[in-house]
Parts: sequence; structure tokens; C-alpha cells
Amino acid sequence: MTIDAGTPADQSAPFGELPAEPAAGTVGVRIEGRSLGRIAWNRLKRDRVAMAGGGVVIFLVLVAIAGPFILLAFGRRPNDFHQELVDPSLQLPIHRLGGMSWAHPFGVEPVNGRDLFTRVVFGARISLLIAFLATLLSVVIGTVFGVVAGYFGGWVDALISRTMDVFLAFPLLLFAIALAGVVPDHAFGASGDVLRIGLLIFVIGFFNWPYIGRIVRGQTLSLREREFVESARSLGARAPYIIFREILPNLVAPILVYSTLLIPTNILFEAALSFLGVGVRPPTATWGGMLSDAVHYYQVAPYFMIYPGLAIFVTVLAFNLFGDGLRDALDPRAR
Amino acid sequence: MRRPAVAVVSIGAALALAISACGGGNTSSNNGGGAATAAFNAAVGKIFDPSDKKGGTLRFANSGDWDSLDPADTYYGYSWDFIRYYGRSLVMFAPKPGSAGNELVPDLATSLGVPSDGAKTWTYHIRPGIKFEDGTPVTSKDVKYAVERSLDKQTFTQGPTYLNDFLDLQGYTSPYNDPTPDKLGLKAVDTPDDLTIVFHLIKPFSGFDYFAMLPATIPVPRAKDSGTNYKQHVVSTGPYMFQTNNPGKNFTLVRNPNWDPATDPNRKALPDKIEVQLNVNADDIDNRMLANPPDLDVAVEQTGLQAAGQAKVLADPTLKKNADVASLARLWFAVINSDVKPLDNIHCRKAVLLAADHEGYQRAYGGPIAGGDIATSLMPPQIPGARKIDLYNFDANKNGDDAAAKSELQQCGQPNGFATSISYRAERPKEKATAESLQQSLAKVGIQLTIKPYPLADYGKLYAGKPDFAKNNQLGIIIYGWGADWPDGFGFLQQIVDSRVIRPQGGNTNLGIKIPAVDQLLDQALQTTDKTAREKLWGDIDQQVMENAMALPGIWAKVLLYRPSSMTNVYVNEGLGGYYDFVSLGVKQ
Repeated sequence: MTIDAGTPADQSAPFGELPAEPAAGTVGVRIEGRSLGRIAWNRLKRDRVAMAGGGVVIFLVLVAIAGPFILLAFGRRPNDFHQELVDPSLQLPIHRLGGMSWAHPFGVEPVNGRDLFTRVVFGARISLLIAFLATLLSVVIGTVFGVVAGYFGGWVDALISRTMDVFLAFPLLLFAIALAGVVPDHAFGASGDVLRIGLLIFVIGFFNWPYIGRIVRGQTLSLREREFVESARSLGARAPYIIFREILPNLVAPILVYSTLLIPTNILFEAALSFLGVGVRPPTATWGGMLSDAVHYYQVAPYFMIYPGLAIFVTVLAFNLFGDGLRDALDPRAR
Repeated sequence: MRRPAVAVVSIGAALALAISACGGGNTSSNNGGGAATAAFNAAVGKIFDPSDKKGGTLRFANSGDWDSLDPADTYYGYSWDFIRYYGRSLVMFAPKPGSAGNELVPDLATSLGVPSDGAKTWTYHIRPGIKFEDGTPVTSKDVKYAVERSLDKQTFTQGPTYLNDFLDLQGYTSPYNDPTPDKLGLKAVDTPDDLTIVFHLIKPFSGFDYFAMLPATIPVPRAKDSGTNYKQHVVSTGPYMFQTNNPGKNFTLVRNPNWDPATDPNRKALPDKIEVQLNVNADDIDNRMLANPPDLDVAVEQTGLQAAGQAKVLADPTLKKNADVASLARLWFAVINSDVKPLDNIHCRKAVLLAADHEGYQRAYGGPIAGGDIATSLMPPQIPGARKIDLYNFDANKNGDDAAAKSELQQCGQPNGFATSISYRAERPKEKATAESLQQSLAKVGIQLTIKPYPLADYGKLYAGKPDFAKNNQLGIIIYGWGADWPDGFGFLQQIVDSRVIRPQGGNTNLGIKIPAVDQLLDQALQTTDKTAREKLWGDIDQQVMENAMALPGIWAKVLLYRPSSMTNVYVNEGLGGYYDFVSLGVKQ
């Protein structure tokens, strides 16, 4: 995979250009082609903004996975009251800056004095879990239907495409609110937070698949006419082989890019649903739910709104920057 | 509660005031405001900045829309307060500060009702000389017509149903399908002459004067009645009449030239004009009242300052001296649902009461100043008949008595606690905070609560108030609140403790308190004509509910009102339920 050390080809190659063919007759220097993934990674590494976004994303994922366990080990639970830190009549933290201290780096909530730092960290878990799994669901459904529609064409394509149109026209937010209202406390063998999180993943994931489905269908349409697919077909390959061995590998790049850009959208959507009170039930901490609580205090306790708002902002921005960089790296023509 | 002697004296005093006001004479107290020193609670129990100075515009704002301006179709306390600007019912609460405001005084009538036939028949005489805004004299037939239309719950769905329940209707439903030519076919109300009206009840009811206070007895001229459209322009009998009315936006009242102060000892009618804006953001209303000079005089709903406004006012002494804390005849409480196991066992219910953090409940509603006092039983202390009942020592153990709760859990056979659910109205942040607080405090003794919000609009009808639903969803604790329609044991207690008002199809009143002894006491109270004996029975009922641990009393509500410096003659009226008495307000000139 590598060229001899010291050969400047790697550095000199501008984005995506393969190293120049070795001059005829040059013997001894063996040049291997670099894989698409390698090329993209090299490009991505040079995009500092994207790398920064990626770093923040990795950090957030670590926080979401490990943060709650670390906090629990220190005896910090997100729903614990610290009423001694809140003035009972004013309902606001007694100490300055929203009660910020070493023990409570983000301060405490008005009324009951729950620790904001702990709640923001626990909120990350819910937000990222829902966003990732919902995106995964969209991608799986979208890819399956997109490939099938694009590869087989004809009435299959017509049917799936019209179905996508129906889904795209669906008033998703209203549906989510209504569904959260009618689903009982025990359903599908689950209850409590598990059921609510599952419901959100289903609603957000299931109704967003047509976006990715359309992209996959379009790519498949063009891929199936390409020479390598033609030749596979003429050699007697059947549909499953062609789809899995010839077409899907070429779809990985667009799917990856789209997923990265879909995650922040889903984080925002989850926050919106929690803000409207149809997400996970209290007292479980979510960023959207915290914002919704903070609305009543924005004039007298602005910090209460700033931290969950900042968490959403940073997360969405990081994913978007990383996703943009990834797209540029995988597809130089898109620049 | 109603002491006729006091009432007579109060009429005399009010008359004297009204006469001096018409005479235009400037007495020593008649300084037009300005001399009074503002102080915290200066308008509770006394009049702040008394004034007889007329003129100016009083500016109201409502964070939502009115339920209805039609006297037959309104059930908000603030609306019953405001409606007296443009309508006169047979009797009204005395326009006085302190407990004197709990007394009923005649308004359209010449005296309080005269009972006969063992309190099954009530007679009122109407003051002569009262006219509608167009100059037509008001007769008893206009009152009868108003009562008839208020019975039509198909057309007017929002008003109270007391008259439907107590009048001897004989199948009468509505004047709109009344075959008699003058549409006055209701047999339960007689009008022997133009100034006399007689009500016939199906059962004795000693408190009928409270029904005569309802806006439903405000006269409506049949010629001007347009059914549901009448609310566009209600024909005034009070000191003000509608000038403009843009539904959902604003309306303006101006002086009614046909209102004669000689017929009205109760209303000062100081401002020249009253402006009301609708659908104004609640925080914006607070900010405009707090502005200097104020841009708004009254938050008409009288539900108190928002969280931000409360923090600003209480933290700033110059603002705080313009604030009043009014006690409401209102209880925030939680029903312990005995349909849900193991709460069918009284010891488990007692464990919930004992483990609850009462201070946490108080915090959830706004703390000790603006939220209210920790309730130790159901009936708010200002209601006649209420006595101090503290069976579980809430006052001593403000944060709960875990040891006592654990011993009750032992007796219940659940030594390690149990799991159940707690419901609240999703749109109410204070109820959410209550649920979170109870979850924390009950967890200390092992009672695990799952928090379940339900939409406010259908809370009673489809969710917590529907016995099947509550049972199937294990709603063991149901967060709720209740305010009296008027300060009286019947008005407060009957609807929330009578097990016979629980209906399988759901409802907004009793959410699950079922005690046979309480039902018997209620029946006994309705038949008891002796006031003192009856009031004692309300206290007995309260005691029974607490002994059975069927409810967790939370807070006897208070409300933090702000009185901008632009207003004069301000006081809280207890009879109206802890609102500023709108009809007495004046504008600083």
C-alpha cells in the first residue's frame, strides 16, 4: 500500500489525483494504487474544520457513553434535589451566577436545585442515542427500498417512489405529537423510558427514510448502467450478487455522508419533541425538555437556558462540520 | 356566614359613600390618591389609597381569551369579578376589603332573598328605576329570561349548572325552543309583577343567595338576545357599556348614561373608560405592569405574577411594596386512588401522606410567600366551618416523617415500599414540579413513582378522572387542584368529596374520594338549615377524608398580585376569591 519512504508523491498529490504514472522503463519503484478510503482519509485529514468537528463528535459520544457512569460513581444523580441552594421564595439559586461552584459547575436549576451539569451530561445520552438509532433506522430502510427501486425499475420503482412521496408529504411533527398522546404506558412489551425512547426512534427514523431512499435510488439508477455492472450481468451474475457486490460498495460513500448530516437534524427534532413535552417523560433529563423548563425563567435565570441550548448548538454544529468535510473528502467534484 | 345586621350596616356605609361621591363634595379622604404610602400587602384587609376621584382610563390585559362575555356562559372567577362593570345580578359580594367581602349584599334586588316553604322558595324584589343602556326599564321578566337562557347547556356550555340542578325545571330546557309566546315558560321562576321574582327549588337549599349572585341572574332583554352572538354586545345594566368589541383582540367599555348611581350603592365607577387587551403574553403583561410609569394597570386573570415577575418583585424592595399576597379559597392537592393496589389498604395511603415532602409541594407552587401555606386538610382556613385538622403532623414534619411512614408500610404488608404511578396535567409546570418532588420524597421510604403527564383539556374526562383509565394505568396518586366557586363549605367541598359525582365516563370534579360516611354527612348538611350546625358538618367531612387518608393536601394557595402605582382604591376581595375588586378601582390622576 505504501510507496517508499521519502518519495514525495504522497504529499505532492493534490486532492484526489492519483500519482502520475511512473515513466516507462523506470524499474524498481513499485507503485500501488491507493484505495478510495485511503484517499478520502488523506483529504479529510487536511480539512482542519472537519477534523475539529469530528473531534468534538468523538468527545460527545464518549461523554454520552461514559459520562453518566463517571458521575454516578461520584454519587451525582441527575434527579437529586439540592433545595438548600435555592431561595424558597424567589425560587432562584441563592449563590451568584446560577449557583455555579466546583460542586455545580453549570449551576443548579431554579425551584428544586437539580445540578445542571449532571443533567446536561445525562441529556447527551438520550439525545445521541435517539439520533443515532433513528438515523440507522432511516438508513437501513432507505437503502433497502432505494436500491430495490433503482435496480429493478418498472412498477416496483413506481410503487416505492409514490410511497416515498406519501411519506414526504406526511405532517411528521403533528403525527409524532398525536402518537405520543395515544400510545399507552405499556405497549409492545415495553414501558416507561424504554417505550418512549423506542417510540421516538421509530417516529423519527421511520418517517425520514424517503430522503435517503431517493438519493440511493438515484445513485443505483446510474450505477446499474455502468460497464462493470453490465459485465457482471453478461457473465451471468444474478441480481443479489450484483446488488451486494457491485452496487452497494459504491453506495457507501453517499450513505455515510448523508447519515452524518441526518444525525444533527434528528438531534434537533428530538429536542423539539422533548420541548413540546411529547418526548421522554420527566424527570429524565433531555436537552429539549430542559429548554422547555427554562423558558419560564429566561429573564431571571438565563444560564438555565444557555447550557442545554449550548449543548444542542455545539453538537449539531460539530456533526454538520464533520459531515460537510466528509462529503468533500469522498467526492471532490462536490467542492 | 351571612350576618344580616352587618350587611345592613355595610349598605348604609356604602350608600353614604355613593351619595357623597355624587354630590361631588371633596371630603378629607377624597384626595384622588397619591398620599398613600405603598407597602407590601397594603391592599389586603384594607383599602390602599382610597379615592373618589373620577376620570381616567383603566387598562386591563388577559394572557388568553375570555371564556365568554355572555353572563350565561362564563365560569372564570376573574370574569365574575369583571362582569359587574356591565351587569348587575340579584346579589353580589360586598365591595369591601377583608372578611367583610365574604358577605353577600343586594345589587339588583332590594334585599337578600326571602326564603319560604322550608328554603324551597326564594323571593327577591328588584330595585325600581334600574335601566338597560338603551333606557328600557329592567323588569323581573328580564331576570327570568336570563335565568332561562342560562339553563340551555346546549347553547351555553361553559357556565355553572347549579340552577339546572336545583330549580324545579319540570322538563324545561331552553327559551329558544319555548312554545309560549313571550318565551317565559319556565315554571320554576314566577314573576307576579314587574319588580318581583320567585324561585322554586326541587329541594331545600339554604344557600340560594349564592346562586342569586351568579352572572346568570344578570338581566338580558329578550329583544336584544341573539343566542351565542349576544356576547358580541351584552346589553349593560351596570355603570359601563361596550363601546367596541373585537373578539380575540380587545374591547373597550365607556360610561353607561342610563346607569343611575342612586340605584347602586355598591359601585364607585371611578374611571371614565376601561380598555381590555386579549391574548397578551403573560410575561409581557408582568413587564408592562412593572414598568415605570406602568403601561398596564391590571392583569385581569389575577393568577399572580409569572415565575420571572415573582423573582423580580420579591428581590426588589421598591417593587415588593407594590405587591399583595392574596389568599385564595383554593387547594392544590393529590387524590390517593384507592382503586389501585396496594393503596386500597389505608396504611399504604397513610404512608404516602406521611412520607410526602410538604415543603417540596410548597416550593413547586412558588414557595411560602407566593405559593401558599402548607395544607394540613382540605378546606382552606378562610372558609366558614374550616377548623385546624392536622392528623399527620404536617406542620411539625414539613419534609415528611419517614419513620412513621415506614411503620405504616409495615402494617400495610409492604415493608419495602411499592410501585405506583403519579399523574399531572402536562401543560402545568407547577404540577410537574410537584410530581418530581413527590417522586423524590416517597422514594426515601421505597415508594417508587412513575410520572405520567396527561393533556390538561381531557385530564378529567379521558384520563385521571375516568375511573377505568386511572385503575388500568395504575394512577395511584392524581395531582389536582380545586377552587371554591364561593367561600362556603358546600361550594368548596361537595364536588370533590361526594362519591356520587364520580361517573364511569369521567369528569372534572371528584377524582376518586369514596367514603360512604362522607356522602351521608353531605346529605345531612344540605338539610341542615341552622348555619352553625351546617358549618360544623363541613369540618366533620374534612376530618373524615383525612382520617381515611384519601387525599394528600398540598397547598392552600396564595397569589402574588402586583398593584401598579397608577391605580387607586385597591383592595383584595375575599368573597370573589382573592381578586382585586375591579368595580372599586380608580386611576391616579
